[in-house]
Amino acid sequence: MGAQTDVLHLSRDEIEKIQLEGIKKTVVDCYENVPFYKKSFDDAGFNPYAVETLDDLKAAPFVTKQDLRDNYPYGMLARPLSEVKEIHMSSGTTGIATVGAYTEHDLQFWGDCFARGIRYAGGTADDVFHVCYGYGLFTGGLGAHYGGLSAGCTVIPMSSGSTERQLRVMRDMGSTIIACTPSYAMHLADVAIEKGMNPAQDFKLRAGILGAEPFSDNFRAELERKLGIKALDVYGLTELMGPGVAIECLEQKGLHIAEDHFYCEIIDPATGENLPDGEWGELVITTLDREASPVVRYRTRDITRILPGTCACGVTHRRIDRLHGRTDDMLVLRGVNVFPSQVEDVMETFPEVSSWYQIELTTKNSLDNVTLKVEINPDFDFDNIGAIEKLQAAIQKRLKEQLLIKINVRIVEPKSIARSEGKAKRVIDLRKGIYND
Amino acid sequence: MIKQITVFLENTEGRLAALTHTLRRANVNMHALTISETSDYGLVRIICDDPDAALAALRAEDFRATETNVSAIEVPNRPGGLADLLDTLASLNMNIEYGYCFSSKGDNAVDVFKISGHAHTAEATFKLEEAGFKALRQEDLA
Ligand SMILES: [Zn+2]
Repeated sequence: MGAQTDVLHLSRDEIEKIQLEGIKKTVVDCYENVPFYKKSFDDAGFNPYAVETLDDLKAAPFVTKQDLRDNYPYGMLARPLSEVKEIHMSSGTTGIATVGAYTEHDLQFWGDCFARGIRYAGGTADDVFHVCYGYGLFTGGLGAHYGGLSAGCTVIPMSSGSTERQLRVMRDMGSTIIACTPSYAMHLADVAIEKGMNPAQDFKLRAGILGAEPFSDNFRAELERKLGIKALDVYGLTELMGPGVAIECLEQKGLHIAEDHFYCEIIDPATGENLPDGEWGELVITTLDREASPVVRYRTRDITRILPGTCACGVTHRRIDRLHGRTDDMLVLRGVNVFPSQVEDVMETFPEVSSWYQIELTTKNSLDNVTLKVEINPDFDFDNIGAIEKLQAAIQKRLKEQLLIKINVRIVEPKSIARSEGKAKRVIDLRKGIYND
Repeated sequence: MIKQITVFLENTEGRLAALTHTLRRANVNMHALTISETSDYGLVRIICDDPDAALAALRAEDFRATETNVSAIEVPNRPGGLADLLDTLASLNMNIEYGYCFSSKGDNAVDVFKISGHAHTAEATFKLEEAGFKALRQEDLA
């Protein structure tokens, strides 16, 4: 515990020293033990033995999920199987999964990293840590489990499913901290309420470490109210380790990266250029002491930014902002990168409109013309003269402030935005020369 | 004071017709219908015999509809009838957001007014009655 606490309060210089040593070791390790890296470094003219500063890493080529898939199953391993204690796999929606392998050391620091979230939540050996992530190849269950053990908690390995049993165990065992997906936490809360319980009072829960899917601030507020918890966001990828790469503290102003194990960069996904702190872009991560499955400059496709400044909680590790979607969703409008989630953020600040929206892209005078269609909520009093125009103008103004491009706002009737399987198609691209002529 | 239904419609073909069909199915009888529009959308304002039923039917069919209190005042059908009413409103410091004529039969016309701000409608109606104008009530339309 003492050592962990110290790690979280290192000075910037001390952290960067650990990072530089980790990077030097990792790039050499990859080059010497993984044929894929030997080839890709050579092709890019990157000399792993010449890294002297953190900036030198920028010369290294990126690694993508496709690269990992191409080397399925064991091609990316930097250690012999005899040293590998555990294997996890990402759910490969396209068929081939990506593999993460762990040595004893890798498993140990995974537990340490996740345990930080438990500590951020004030968790100690007295806590009953309820894990209802699925156990198995998915990294959620065991990652949280190792975190609970590392933090010294009493771990209840519930895995997912069987909601009524979850609630019974949670109540009878006095679970205090829960780890699961945010949607499952909401489901638990709703079922408990349906059964006449008041989880905020009847349960001892006080914190949740929730991840594996994004959740909005409104969703979080509702969940916190229903369960009587502080809900902390946890980030991680199987390709890097699993949950625990970055976790929110009680300030809830960004997720502290485990900077002694991961080196994070933000790049412009369109050009690959590094972006300064504070700017939104794609998160790129290099592992610093991963033995079995080291990665150098892995393109996560997740959109976030490094938050400048220090956190009020006192932890010195830098923070990433909560994820803003995937690079796959990114739009380039008049040369500006725009993520649909940025539009969602703006819309959340207007109670007059619903969360259904659609972005329509057309070409006008050979420029991108962007129209945002939104539906108004039933309780919005639009009978006042100019009410709709005022709302349109206000949304348009805030979008311009936040996204730096002009977006026309159009109010549409309910259900006029086509839904399929409960989801709206967010972007309709009718621009000339892109999909049409 | 009576209830008016306001419906937000996109300027797409057939929406107004669909609206009237919905009201017909709900057995609602309209006394007045006005449309104010911009290039993208229109607001349809309706006075009818059963505004609650109209609102429920419209919402059930995914129309964005809302209910608003408005003053419906009988105005004598003679030169200066409306001017008298407007003078009275002005003397009471009441501002009109919008107004339209709803019906005229015999000696009187009925004009509908939305007074700025919600609380003012009831007050305006009351003061106009005090000043000698006849205000319609919802029962008068049933
Ligand atoms: Zn913090």
